[in-house]
Amino acid sequence: MTRQMTGAKMVIEALKDQGVDVVFGYPGGAVLPIYDEMFQQNDIKHILVRHEQGAIHAAEGYARSTGKPGVVLVTSGPGATNTVTGIVDALMDSIPIVVLTGQVPTFMIGSDAFQEGDTVGITRPCTKMNWLVKETDKLAGTIHEAFHVATSGRPGPVLVDIPKDVQFATGIYKEKADTRTSHYAPRTKGDPEMIARMVELIETAERPVFYTGGGVINSGDRATQVLRDWAEATGFPVTSTLMGLGCYPASGKSWLGMLGMHGTYQANWAMHDCDLMLNIGARFDDRITGRINAFSPESTKVHIDIDPSSLNKVIHTHVPIIGDVADVLEEAFALWKSRGGNVNREALVRWWKQIDEWRAVDCLAYTPTGGTPIRPQHALTRLEALTKGMDRYITTEVGQHQMWAAQYLGFDGPNRWMTSGGLGTMGYGVPASIGVQIAHPDALVINVAGEASWLMNMQEMGTAMQYKAPVKQFIMNNERLGMVRQWQELLHGERYSSSWSESLPDFVKLAEAFGCKGIRCDSEDDLDEAIREMLAYDGPVIFDCLVEKHENCFPMIPSGNAHNDMLLGNAETQGVIGAKGAVLV
Amino acid sequence: MSPLNIQKGASKHSAYDLRDPNAEVIETHTLAVIVDNESGVLARVIGLFSARGYNIDSLTVAEVDHLGHLSRITVVTSGTPQVIVQIKAQLERMVVVHRVHDLTMEGPNVQRELALFKVKGRGEARIEALRLAEIFRANVVDSTLESFVFEMTGTPQKVDAFAELMQPLGLIEVARTGVAAISRGV
Ligand SMILES: Cc1cc2nc3c(=O)[nH]c(=O)nc-3n(C[C@H](O)[C@H](O)[C@H](O)COP(=O)(O)OP(=O)(O)OC[C@H]3O[C@@H](n4cnc5c(N)ncnc54)[C@H](O)[C@@H]3O)c2cc1C
Ligand SMILES: Cc1ncc(C[n+]2csc(CCOP(=O)(O)OP(=O)(O)O)c2C)c(N)n1
Repeated sequence: MTRQMTGAKMVIEALKDQGVDVVFGYPGGAVLPIYDEMFQQNDIKHILVRHEQGAIHAAEGYARSTGKPGVVLVTSGPGATNTVTGIVDALMDSIPIVVLTGQVPTFMIGSDAFQEGDTVGITRPCTKMNWLVKETDKLAGTIHEAFHVATSGRPGPVLVDIPKDVQFATGIYKEKADTRTSHYAPRTKGDPEMIARMVELIETAERPVFYTGGGVINSGDRATQVLRDWAEATGFPVTSTLMGLGCYPASGKSWLGMLGMHGTYQANWAMHDCDLMLNIGARFDDRITGRINAFSPESTKVHIDIDPSSLNKVIHTHVPIIGDVADVLEEAFALWKSRGGNVNREALVRWWKQIDEWRAVDCLAYTPTGGTPIRPQHALTRLEALTKGMDRYITTEVGQHQMWAAQYLGFDGPNRWMTSGGLGTMGYGVPASIGVQIAHPDALVINVAGEASWLMNMQEMGTAMQYKAPVKQFIMNNERLGMVRQWQELLHGERYSSSWSESLPDFVKLAEAFGCKGIRCDSEDDLDEAIREMLAYDGPVIFDCLVEKHENCFPMIPSGNAHNDMLLGNAETQGVIGAKGAVLV
Repeated sequence: MSPLNIQKGASKHSAYDLRDPNAEVIETHTLAVIVDNESGVLARVIGLFSARGYNIDSLTVAEVDHLGHLSRITVVTSGTPQVIVQIKAQLERMVVVHRVHDLTMEGPNVQRELALFKVKGRGEARIEALRLAEIFRANVVDSTLESFVFEMTGTPQKVDAFAELMQPLGLIEVARTGVAAISRGV
């Protein structure tokens, strides 16, 4: 049965067909017909954000915490351009997002019409794919294709630009089931020859390490399960990137902690000294590799990635495997077991002995002040202790607090940790926390924030209030752009150029202004009680945690250094970055 | 693992490139990229090259399959082996791209370019231009008493050579299509 309807109605039908239950958006002239249809139905909930950038980050939080694509609806011109930062963020972190934008009517395109912007042109480099739909008959099919592209292979953001006349006109609705999606179908099964080589390497490795990344989370529950099976059965140590946290449990015995620029001593040394590196869905980011020519010099490298362009992009790998993490790991696991499930146990005992020596360095140790100010590491240690075992989701902003959260909070499952890794977008956390909370209304959602980042999208507290999303904003307030200040201390002769947060608002009063709860804590003595008060409150909370202003985040691999060349403490940090490293970010 | 000493073209039958990526030789490759003929596709492909700093030595595009709405982009590019592999992988992952053929890796291929040359001159120079055009099998497609337009098809090298010869004989304008290429045999 063919169904005739307006383009605007089609948008809603197509979203329903795709199983969408929430849309994050902001209306305007060029999408009014769609908003009108939205108004006349109850299956899809629309969340009115306060800024279109917030809509994307909220959708990212929703997507990352559910494994489903996030959906955004905004108007033409400024509505569309406001989404750009978020779209780039989603592209860098491989988050599936479908953005629907209104456009001026087709007959006015190119005339500098009111609120016209070349949305497909502007977003072409930062979407996985985008479309300008000029005929109503093609609208539904294009939206179905958009979902297909956003969620297959390496996930990413896509955008469909819909002129207003296309929304008004009537056409034939194409059901999802009737839509032949394009030729786009990335390969998910790995090359058996390469998988066999990987298994052989696993059987004989003396110093192996699993280097796991966001691709494991992207791949889904099957992937995290089989990774755990692998780790359990082989006894190989596991580390994760910032994006991979939770794919292996932080409470697991093979866990080394995060690796990279602010990773643990044991993780980075294990990566450096290993003889077999098993990269599972990570992309050899420069935060991991440090100076390329000094990166893990003696290891044989296996790399599983669904995106062929990730293979051999930065680091030459010996066994590149194009495929989906779950598919490849399962196949490899079955093969390995069928061959007897062997590993080099004796060598592994020696390897773990070495790792335990690195662990003994206790690189995350800190001394609480026992009073005022609060040591930021301590704030997070207490937050972790008091929320352990709860149905908890964490989002972050960008900066020192983000790294401390990665170091001091433990994640035992995937999709519980939402952070802006690749782009490092300050302002990500507040809206992301709301998106997560909308998807998981009864869960505890905490945004670990720095005060500077938090201010970037604080308007979204209005959204949290409107939709009764009881997000907890845990602001580690050092009155500094802390991460910038740290670099200036280490790299620019302690000249703190514009890295102060001047004229900060009173966060407690701000909370009152929004109609939510404000809590301030300035002493380690009161910390537990204050955190409990935050957790007990049934509604959004802005928690102003006054932390030590000049704390630095360690370990740290200075830019341009080898990845095992870490600074561990404040001792002698002057001039640690050479001239060559100084040009790197 | 010791680096394998594998020659250019040797990995034709492997899904992977096995050459040493650290060998800093610059190679020139001709790629045939089959894409959906949709608006914005060329911008998308060119945008990839500029955003990632890849070279474009020549680029041509035209629809080759009207029913299937497919265009063929022939792009001549250069870079280290690792960069060439990246370019292909980056192209292949684009949703609009159906196939990427690395004609340079796939074996012998034919490359042709069409060029038009406007040469102004009288007397000896004019006669000499016409004589050379004959040798190069260039056709005269327009003429006035003091000018010719020659049309020539050939490899880029041949077009270059002809242009160089015409220079002293009054060459005032050149239009070139860029390279179209196809593999030899089936
Ligand atoms: C201030 C700051 C400091 C940072 N410091 C660190 C640090 O110390 N340590 C750190 O680790 N990071 C750090 N980061 C984050 C860093 O910038 C990168 O974002 C991160 O390291 C990339 O993680 P990843 O390699 O797991 O790749 P992701 O960006 O998560 O990419 C995933 C990879 O997996 C592939 N993939 C996707 N889906 C699948 C699938 N189904 N099957 C197979 N493969 C798939 C993709 O193609 C891609 O190659 C920092 C960021 C900021 C902002
Ligand atoms: C949108 C944006 N602008 C600038 C930066 C550069 N930057 C990275 S961290 C940082 C400071 C963040 O300060 P704050 O949010 O207070 O966190 P802290 O480092 O103090 O924990 C800045 C300015 C960025 N990542 N994002």
